[in-house]
Amino acid sequence: MRTSECDVVVVGVGGQGVILISEIIGRAAMMAGLSVRGVETHGMAQRGGSVINHIRVGCSFSAMISPGSADVLLAMEPVEALRYAHYLSPQGVALVNSRPVMPITVTTGMASYPSIEEILAPLRGICSQVKPMDATGLAEEAGSPQATNVVMLGALSEHLPIEEATILSALSETVPARFLEINKKAFELGKIEVE
Amino acid sequence: MREYLLGNVAIAKGILEAGAGVVSGYPGTPSSEIVDYLAPIAKEHGIHVEWSVNEKVAMEVAIGASWTGTRSAVTMKHVGLNVAADPFMTLAYLGVGGGMVVISADDPYCHSSQNEQDSRRYAQFARIPCLDPADPQEARDMILRAFSLSEKFGLPVMVRPTTRVSHARADVEVGLPTKRVDSPKFFKNPPRRVALPVHARPLHAELLEKQAGIEATLAEELWNRAEMRGEVGIIASGIAGLYAAEAIAELEADLSLLRIGTYPIPRRSVGDFLERLDMVLVVEEMDAVIEEFVEMVAKERNPDVKILGKRSGSIPGVGELDPLIVRNAIAGMIDLPRKMAPKMSPEALTILPPRPPTLCPGCSHRAAYYAMRKAFGKDAVFPNDIGCYTMGVGMGTVDTCLCMGASITVGSGIRFGGEERPICAVLGDSTFLHSGLTGLLNAAYNGARMTVAILDNSITAMTGHQPHPGTGRTACCELSPPLSLEDICRSLGAGSVDTADPYDLESMIGAFERARDHPGLSVVVAKQACVISAMRAGVRRPRLAVDSEKCGGCKICIKFGCPAIEFDGNVAKINALCSGCGVCAQICPEKAIEVVK
Repeated sequence: MRTSECDVVVVGVGGQGVILISEIIGRAAMMAGLSVRGVETHGMAQRGGSVINHIRVGCSFSAMISPGSADVLLAMEPVEALRYAHYLSPQGVALVNSRPVMPITVTTGMASYPSIEEILAPLRGICSQVKPMDATGLAEEAGSPQATNVVMLGALSEHLPIEEATILSALSETVPARFLEINKKAFELGKIEVE
Repeated sequence: MREYLLGNVAIAKGILEAGAGVVSGYPGTPSSEIVDYLAPIAKEHGIHVEWSVNEKVAMEVAIGASWTGTRSAVTMKHVGLNVAADPFMTLAYLGVGGGMVVISADDPYCHSSQNEQDSRRYAQFARIPCLDPADPQEARDMILRAFSLSEKFGLPVMVRPTTRVSHARADVEVGLPTKRVDSPKFFKNPPRRVALPVHARPLHAELLEKQAGIEATLAEELWNRAEMRGEVGIIASGIAGLYAAEAIAELEADLSLLRIGTYPIPRRSVGDFLERLDMVLVVEEMDAVIEEFVEMVAKERNPDVKILGKRSGSIPGVGELDPLIVRNAIAGMIDLPRKMAPKMSPEALTILPPRPPTLCPGCSHRAAYYAMRKAFGKDAVFPNDIGCYTMGVGMGTVDTCLCMGASITVGSGIRFGGEERPICAVLGDSTFLHSGLTGLLNAAYNGARMTVAILDNSITAMTGHQPHPGTGRTACCELSPPLSLEDICRSLGAGSVDTADPYDLESMIGAFERARDHPGLSVVVAKQACVISAMRAGVRRPRLAVDSEKCGGCKICIKFGCPAIEFDGNVAKINALCSGCGVCAQICPEKAIEVVK
């Protein structure tokens, strides 16, 4: 039997605002009366390293998602999508920001960055849907590249067992008031992008 | 009320609910957010919250507070308990006044640590109770219970969260803070408070006599619960208990489950459980603490039961568990198919560029290392320490990393061991004040010919920017007395003490060269604020850019390793991460990097 209503793995690079996504979803789930679990990367890896958060909505077991079980892989960065693709269930959906953040190994010439097609092809091999999008571009359109995480949240929203209005009120409670308009627009653009 | 809380915040709220009056700690992942959360609200709750200079100090402060009747808590990471082990062990003899809780956060998989030690062993070693939460709710509940158990038995009680509890979030039911005790006072009682041999012997006997009562009480705790569903069972501790419960639900299997949340392990519950089984799987992270106990109890109660666990290879002995590992261990035991995570093709994995954590763009440690290499050469020996700067391992200036403060002492030993090449030990300001002082004193006293570089960014950066005595303010943002690292080093006996700004490479290299040529013990303080703190404080420096006409494509700036410098076609390029430190402009042989006006 299923042990969680919706399992989301959020991946990216330290500093991309992955924890904020987890906070908003957690708050929204509680407003909806659902039990929620999450786990975050703190500490060393936050220094420009690769980060992964687990969020489980409608779950009362541990916060850790089993590899092969995630309903959604929400990737703030393309190679990070591939790095954590083994968390996806074969029926899962990968939502991938197509804008790369170059790792230090690439900028110093020790490794090279693959093309977006090289990244998406193996992803398509392991899950049912892969949806790449220029979330950073959409965030810029909304008014700030910092809102990339909220664009991704908008794209994720239709997959969550929570009403959109509830997610939006959790968003309003979480982000600073002066950035709320930008964030609402970012959310909307992300949502439209995957419709 | 119900809130979506980080495990460490749930713990902090539990401490407030319990009415603790003093909370001390030293930062260490995954424990830091407990004091981080409490410090800014300490004043409104009328409690004393401090970042102490190290874990031993923190432990002793909490002990002193407890001896006034005030409830106290001390927080640290697992390896911090090694530093605090001395007061911790004898405290079990002397006992507490007000309830005292020791929070030692373990880090299976070494996410941010140098080892995977299991704090449950320490609790056994000291013969004190230990509570092992599975999730943030249990962490909060156990804190409250730990205070009352501590007062019931007159002993400190350990609460041992792991990374996946401290850094998990969940909807947690919390209550309101209670007020700390009225009229705290230290009562003189030498036989209880002075660990002379004549007092210690009867106190040791008393500690042993308490054990039966502790075991009987803990056996009744709701965190130790058995569900009987057949002759095949699982015994699991802490978070592993949740993994096991989820696996049983997912597999829809008839399996018995005993979850253990307290130590000492309830002997009778384990025996009663084993008596009804043919086969049992023990699931726990880190050491085989429960498994060894189960083997012992099985000899008395059910010698025929088949025991699976770490010894049988069913559960890994290193790293952390996850729901899939536990599910497959359980499936393997009852001959159900294992579930495989999707396998990526080997080609797909080879295209993945690694993304290790790195020093930030503009981090002054990178510049200090660059200057150090220039002055000492790559053949010198560089004993290193614990902090952000350990991430400079790729720069050739990190040769050892053992534990907090060991750079200077290991460096001294390398010298006395007979190494003739130059030695430059490296540690940060927070680490120096934590446990480098004694090492420097020892190096001066015993005549170690070496250089000590203190990378002073005025903050404990790696764990989340906690202040220390060199920062000039306390955890609660009170101003603290000014402190000069240079004066301290001179007082401890360093023969030459020099300070330079790593952003000014020429003077930094000069300082290292003078230190290298000093015939005795020399100290160099490389002083520049942490780039993240500076940014938060509003410091904005003009960015830099490469003049592509002048760039010869030599890649010297690329090899410097700053994430803000990329190679684009045949020339270097500075990206948006640039914080304006200006060091790359100083190392470019073509003078092709300039400040953007």
